[in-house]
Amino acid sequence: MKQCDLVIVGGGPAGLAAAIAAKKNGINDILIVERDEKLGGILNQCIHNGFGLHTFHEELTGPEYAYRFIQMAEELEIPYMTGSMVLDITPEKKLTVINRTEGVMEIQAKSVILAMGCRERPRGALNIPGYRPMGIYSAGTAQRLVNVDGFLPGKEVVILGSGDIGLIMARRMTLEGAKVKVVAELMPYSGGLKRNIVQCLDDFGIPLKLSHTVVEIKGKQKLEGVTLARVDEHNRPIPGTEEYYACDTLLLSCGLIPENELSREMGIAMNPVTNGPVVDESLETSIPGVFVCGNVLHVHDLVDFVSEEAAVAGRNAADYIRGNMEEKKSQGIPVETEGGIRYSVPSVVEPERMHEPVKVRFRVGNVYTNCYISLYLDDIRIQRKKRQIVTPGEMEEMVLKKEFFQEYGRPEKIRIVLEQAKQDDREVNGNE
Amino acid sequence: MRDVIIIGAGVSGCAIARELSRYELDICVVEKESDVCEGTSKANSGIVHGGFDAKPGSLKAKLNVQGNILMEEMSKTLDFPFKRNGSMVICERPEEVSGLEKLLEQGVKNGVQEMKILTREQALELEPNLADGVYAVLHIPSGGIVCPFEMNIAYAENAAQNGVEFCLETEVQSIEKMEKGFRLHTDQGTMEATCVINAAGVYADVFHNMVSEQKIHITPRRGDYCLLDKTAGSYVSHTIFQLPTEKGKGILVSPTIHGNLLLGPTAIDIEDKEATATTAAGLAEIMEKSVRSVKNIPTRQVITSFAGLRAHEDQGEFIIGEPEDARGFIDVAGIESPGLTSAPAVGLYVRDMVAGIMELKEKKEFVETRKGITRFKELSMEEQNELIRKNPSYGRIVCRCEGITEGEILDAVRRPLGARTLDGIKRRTRAGMGRCQAGFCTPKTMELLAKELHLELKDIRKNGRRDAQ
Repeated sequence: MKQCDLVIVGGGPAGLAAAIAAKKNGINDILIVERDEKLGGILNQCIHNGFGLHTFHEELTGPEYAYRFIQMAEELEIPYMTGSMVLDITPEKKLTVINRTEGVMEIQAKSVILAMGCRERPRGALNIPGYRPMGIYSAGTAQRLVNVDGFLPGKEVVILGSGDIGLIMARRMTLEGAKVKVVAELMPYSGGLKRNIVQCLDDFGIPLKLSHTVVEIKGKQKLEGVTLARVDEHNRPIPGTEEYYACDTLLLSCGLIPENELSREMGIAMNPVTNGPVVDESLETSIPGVFVCGNVLHVHDLVDFVSEEAAVAGRNAADYIRGNMEEKKSQGIPVETEGGIRYSVPSVVEPERMHEPVKVRFRVGNVYTNCYISLYLDDIRIQRKKRQIVTPGEMEEMVLKKEFFQEYGRPEKIRIVLEQAKQDDREVNGNE
Repeated sequence: MRDVIIIGAGVSGCAIARELSRYELDICVVEKESDVCEGTSKANSGIVHGGFDAKPGSLKAKLNVQGNILMEEMSKTLDFPFKRNGSMVICERPEEVSGLEKLLEQGVKNGVQEMKILTREQALELEPNLADGVYAVLHIPSGGIVCPFEMNIAYAENAAQNGVEFCLETEVQSIEKMEKGFRLHTDQGTMEATCVINAAGVYADVFHNMVSEQKIHITPRRGDYCLLDKTAGSYVSHTIFQLPTEKGKGILVSPTIHGNLLLGPTAIDIEDKEATATTAAGLAEIMEKSVRSVKNIPTRQVITSFAGLRAHEDQGEFIIGEPEDARGFIDVAGIESPGLTSAPAVGLYVRDMVAGIMELKEKKEFVETRKGITRFKELSMEEQNELIRKNPSYGRIVCRCEGITEGEILDAVRRPLGARTLDGIKRRTRAGMGRCQAGFCTPKTMELLAKELHLELKDIRKNGRRDAQ
């Protein structure tokens, strides 16, 4: 059986950044396994710009952003295998991999980094009634058809869901000559980035209907139209508010799901909120030596943060392989979220194992204005940031430093709390 | 003039075609859709019923029990997946036990073996997730599950292998009685046959009424279903029915042969024979009623929903036979549940009827067995590697959720009666049937189909006819 120090599952932005970091930290025996025919992952179909503002201080397209990392990986001579899919990973880190030239093979790894990305929520999961004709695609499928295969799936489009891919595709389909009639969003707020609403909808005069959903699909073989209705506060359609839109294409952008089939089969502990593995400060899962990063861990808003997070996983995997990682002596300190924050990654921290400041990332479950995000060690507030607005579409972060624990001692828990600002509170954005 | 024309390439039509393909006959199956298994046969529960539900002495009872017994052997001969997982009928109150007893008695009369009424405690040992309100169950060990698509396709492929011609995308518009035999006017021209077999599902009344004065009427009875992810597939191991009502066997909860969990169907009588749209009310009813059988169903795991139409004839019985005023025209009408279970028996039953119309001479070269698409996932690692060495396309996974390789998709397109649409590939290989519901594999499958059929991407269809709007 082939042996390998570090196998990275997935050659998208997360896998590439993790590999580069591991290599730079002294690991040479690396293998990236990528199921597509080339490296870069989903970025290859994201031909719009706006990537890399944080990482490179430039606005790059998806393929350009990916190419920078691919180039770095090539220069560092990191081995990779494309057109290859990992079928199974055992808890002992034995991987089963398949491709056309070598068939089905087994690889024993010392450490594994999971970087499989995420997938889109399908129509069935949304319980939209009606026919099942041609013309209904998830936004990402349409993105691939338009940008990679050069095929415009339709001319008259309705989009359900205002996730970022849906917003991007509203603009993309418009630029390709289709008429995007409306974007409907079930929630009273968009799930996407503000900048995408402005640049992809507002700039093209595409209406966004919040608190609306599709209640009927017309057309048996080919899509003929959809009926939208307003929903009440329980997301139930309100009778009498129906509006029919003739269209040949319905794109769905209703949420992303981390693709954790392999992680679950390995028996890794999962977080039911993120649908990703539970990780500690080192981005290590419940199986020692198995690390995770990118959208398979939790869905990110910007790829820059994926790359940053993946590098942390890569460095820690390198430490693990070289025997430089302290064994877990305790359960670690739980990170608890309060006041409307849905989750945090990591959800447990062991200060003893912190070699660098840890970025704790999280999202809120609703839109909040004029508020603080505070970091507590038990009841002691260490930090607070004033925020004019926080939305579910944008990821937030707090930085944990080892010094906090040296100064205040080891707490029972670390708390990240969303707090409403008082009317007369005039403090401006703390850390911004 | 042909010997036999079969209208409809559903499971009944194809089973009949296969049984008749043993003989030296000129047979043609005409189907309005672009593939076999496009109507009732594709959207049903996939259950092989024990046979306790049909009225003793009825044709439904006889063919159900026979079909159930034949299924095991047919699944091996024609290579389609089938499993005897056993069924249960639940009741919720002591006074309903008499309902179970009636079914038991009926089943015994119909020839169903080994049925038993179990107390709640006994039932929980077999099925720990039964709902808290379940009082007692009727256990039917002979109940099973089958892949309805593969069964239908297997019959069709074996028939085609044995010389039956399939005229797809051919819609029969009228039927003319001739002195001897029938002339069918289709949108693709006229055809003539000595014997016509009307296996047209929800349309069987239309064709029957073209040749006979003794009119029949079929009501499409719509059933909505929800299909759950494979992570929920082992939530129950038996098919769990509720006490049947006049409208049918009620909402069931069952594992599918491929390991998903299926909830449904509703029973809504409509007139439109094409109206397979689900409704919000239907989907809500499924969720509401299924919890009466099984507790804590993980309903958030729904990956898709669909609706099928059962061909309910007013008499509630299978109508299989020649109308008095149209000899040579054999109806196979009103084939609602247990139609799928009965199909192997229907094939034999109709063959015997055809034997009464014309001489059946056995073919020497009849090929009894059919080999399905090689399921890469089910092979050992050695077998997988052998296959990839011979044909590298088996080394590329196209559908990641179901683990379907390019090799399997190409086989589905290239074999006799091969797939011509995305749904055709899906039903033959399961590519696109998994939890992402074809999000990732759609573009790849479209590319493969376009290349194989020498089409452009814009001409690739999900289902249906080339010319349909």
